[in-house]
Parts: sequence; structure tokens; C-alpha cells
Amino acid sequence: MFNSYVSNTLEYDPELCINCGMCSTVCPHRVFSPDGKKAQLVNPKACMECGACQLNCPTKAIKVDNGVGCASAMMLAAVKGKKEVTCGCDSSC
Amino acid sequence: MKDILEKQAETTTKEIKKTISCCSSSGRRSEPIFTLSGKTDYVIKSTSGEITPVNRLDHLMARLGVKREQHRVEPGLYTMGNPKKDSPVFVSANYTLSFDALRSALKSIDCYILVLDTKGVNVWCAAGKGAFGTNEIVHRIESVGLKDVVNHRILIVPQLGATGVDARQVRDRSGFKVEFGPVRAADLPEYLKTHRATPEMRSVRFTLYDRIVLIPVEMKNFLIPLLIASVILALVGSYTAAAAVISAAFSGLVLFPILLPWIPTTDFSTKGFLMGGLAAVIFALDSFYSMTNENLWLRFGWALAYMLVMPQISAFLALNFTGSTTFASVTGVKREIFTYMPIMAWVSGIGIILIIVLSSVKIIGGI
Ligand code: SF4
Ligand code: SF4
Repeated sequence: MFNSYVSNTLEYDPELCINCGMCSTVCPHRVFSPDGKKAQLVNPKACMECGACQLNCPTKAIKVDNGVGCASAMMLAAVKGKKEVTCGCDSSC
Repeated sequence: MKDILEKQAETTTKEIKKTISCCSSSGRRSEPIFTLSGKTDYVIKSTSGEITPVNRLDHLMARLGVKREQHRVEPGLYTMGNPKKDSPVFVSANYTLSFDALRSALKSIDCYILVLDTKGVNVWCAAGKGAFGTNEIVHRIESVGLKDVVNHRILIVPQLGATGVDARQVRDRSGFKVEFGPVRAADLPEYLKTHRATPEMRSVRFTLYDRIVLIPVEMKNFLIPLLIASVILALVGSYTAAAAVISAAFSGLVLFPILLPWIPTTDFSTKGFLMGGLAAVIFALDSFYSMTNENLWLRFGWALAYMLVMPQISAFLALNFTGSTTFASVTGVKREIFTYMPIMAWVSGIGIILIIVLSSVKIIGGI
């Protein structure tokens, strides 16, 4: 209960992977690791849902609901009744 | 001040105009200047790897959150040293901290820097919003006439830009191959030796230094409401309560980010709660033992009020730190908001009512 970060929206379908290595290159948290045949999902819990892997995977083998993990932005959006959360933090984050 | 800045701009960014006989103009924006001869003048600015005292002052102001909008570099193409047609091209954001980190890392390398218009926001944040993105890169390549400046077709883009940059689309639309370089500009000289980044270079960190430099901006965001709260408390009669608000803020805004990795829970809110709790214990004990000439219930009441309110303040501040970290996922942060915000609101609400009751008891003249 006290760990809100055990699961996230990252989904990986190894069937579609063509082993281009892009996901391991762009991920800043080493969630994927290159392997002989296919990318390996080695540390899904570390994913921060930045979406870099999804955007750069040529075969759409990766899906993730990417967004800004910023509580202030989310609360602000909720208060203002906006659906879309954009980071309002300018240059600070 | 302004004069110095202007002079600086003149000396460090001398504008070199190059006349290039090509016209791949798309009619966008104003960089290409059409001359009578039908040739296009592209403006290439020059810069150096030197970080001047003026730059440092600007970095300090940026870190302190002063004039947030103004730490910008003009977008466009820059030269460093004496680049030739086959020299590498690096892509950066038009935020001074990002641009200057790149400049100083590339000090001894002849190269080009393509500065995107990210509205003065750093690479990662701008990539998340799409401002540091595929469209802007493709547009900027065209508007500076990059194809005529260099004879290769490779762009070195910071890895954290990958959130906004689709490498395949950039290649399809502009002909340039995107090579994602290391996360930190400082690793570039090492990276350039092999054009391979080690897993270490590919990972973001969140070091003590990274966390400490974030403190001033976080503080600035909450300064006014916290000051108002403590002034009100001081006015209604309790300086200790005013000090408690400030201590809770200190726990959430200073202690929490510094001790972040060592606080033994995983969620931000609970970490902040623990930090505020430590401060609250001190205030609770103090009010219990120092108000010895007061009624026992009153002493107990104040101690309880501190224990109720202070941890909520720092937990809230800690939760708001999520946006500044390098690892909080949206899903996790949402879960935190839904789990802890109602608790924070209720408990601090009860605490505030208790404080109001205790203060009025004091004003009316005590039990
Ligand atoms: S980016 Fe996609 S195709 Fe390439 S290795 Fe990763 S999962 Fe496989
Ligand atoms: S969304 Fe970001 S953090 Fe998560 S796996 Fe993809 S690249 Fe890594």
C-alpha cells in the first residue's frame, strides 16, 4: 500500500520486437536491456513513463501512457478542470 | 547590468553571414534572408566554450527561479571553434543552462550547435511537451539551411530529447540521421571517441547536488502562502505555532530533498510525512514541557495540534517535489495523490480546527 510506484502502464510485446536496440538506447532508467535476439524488459518498475521508447520503437512493440509525473501540475489541472496535464513548471524541472 | 549583458552578447556571438546559393525555403519564419541576387543568406552565429562570469550569474538567477522566462538563447545555428563541412552537429535547447552545459563540454571541439526553440525550457521538460521535438528539429534544419552547411547527414541529439524526437521521422522528413548521445553533455568528449554510450552515460541520476540546486525554486513556489500562514499564527498569539509552520516547510522543502534516497519509504508523501513528523515531535514535546503553568489539557491539545498539522504540510510539499525528480511516473504520482491527499486534507483540517479552538480558549481567558 505504501509503494505507489510498483506498477505502471508500460507494456511490451516481445513478439513484435525486431531487436533494433532503440529502446535500450533512449531509456534513461535502463528498463530495457539489449539481448542477442530481442530486447529484454529487465526493470519495469523503474519506468517513469516518459514515452521515449514508445515513440522510437519502429514496430510499436512498446506501449506506455506517457505524461508528466508532476503532482503540482496534476493538481492544478484538476483544480482548473482541465483534462490534459501539461507541465507548468517552465524551466525549473 | 544590461550594458554588460549586451556587450557580452556582442563579443561572444559575433554574427557571421554566409551566402549560400541554395533555396530550400519553405516560406516559414524569417531566418533565410533573400538577397537581390536570388541567393539566400543564412545567419550562422558563432559562440565559444567559455563560460563567463555573466553566464554564471545568469545560471544562478535561473537556479533561483528569477526571471524564469528570460534565460534564453536565440534559436538557430552556432559554430564553435572552426568547424568544417564534415564537423559534427549537436542539437540543444534554447535554455541557457542547457546550451552552456553543451558549450563548455565541447570546449575543444570544432563543431556546430543547432539550437531549437524550446521557449527557454530545458531539453527534457521541453521534450515531454513536444517543444523539443520532431517538428521543431525538421523545421530548424530547413530554416538554417543545414544541408548546405555540412556535407554529412548526422545530428547528435541529447538522449533525454528522445521523449519528443522520433528519430525515424526526422530521417524521413529531413534526411538527417539522429544519433542519441549521452544524457549529460559532460560525457560527450568521451562519447565522441567511439560514438557509443555506456549504460552509465545512458542513465539519469539524481545526485545530492541535483537535489540541492532544486531547493530554491521549490521554496519560491511556496514561500508566500507559508509566510502568510505563519504571520497569521504569530498575530493570533502563538510565535511557537508560526515557527512550527516554518519548520514543517523546512522539513518538506530542505530536509526532504536532501535526505530523499535515505528516508526509508518509497512514496514521496510518506517520506515528507516522516520528515515533518520529526519536527513535529520536537514541537509537541516543547509545548508539553514548556507550558507548565497552563492547564494539562491545553498542553496536550497543542502537542496534538503540532503532531496533526506539521507532518501534513511537509508531506504535501514533498509530494509536490515529484515534478522535479527524474523518476516519478504519472501512474505512481496519481496513485499518491488519490491515496494521501484526502488523508492530508482531513487530518490537517482537524488540526487547524483544534488550533482555532485552543487559540480562542487562550483569548477568552482559559478554562
Ligand atoms: S525499440 Fe522496439 S523493436 Fe527495437 S529493440 Fe526495442 S522493442 Fe525491439
Ligand atoms: S517510458 Fe521512458 S522510462 Fe519507461 S521504459 Fe520507456 S524510455 Fe524507459
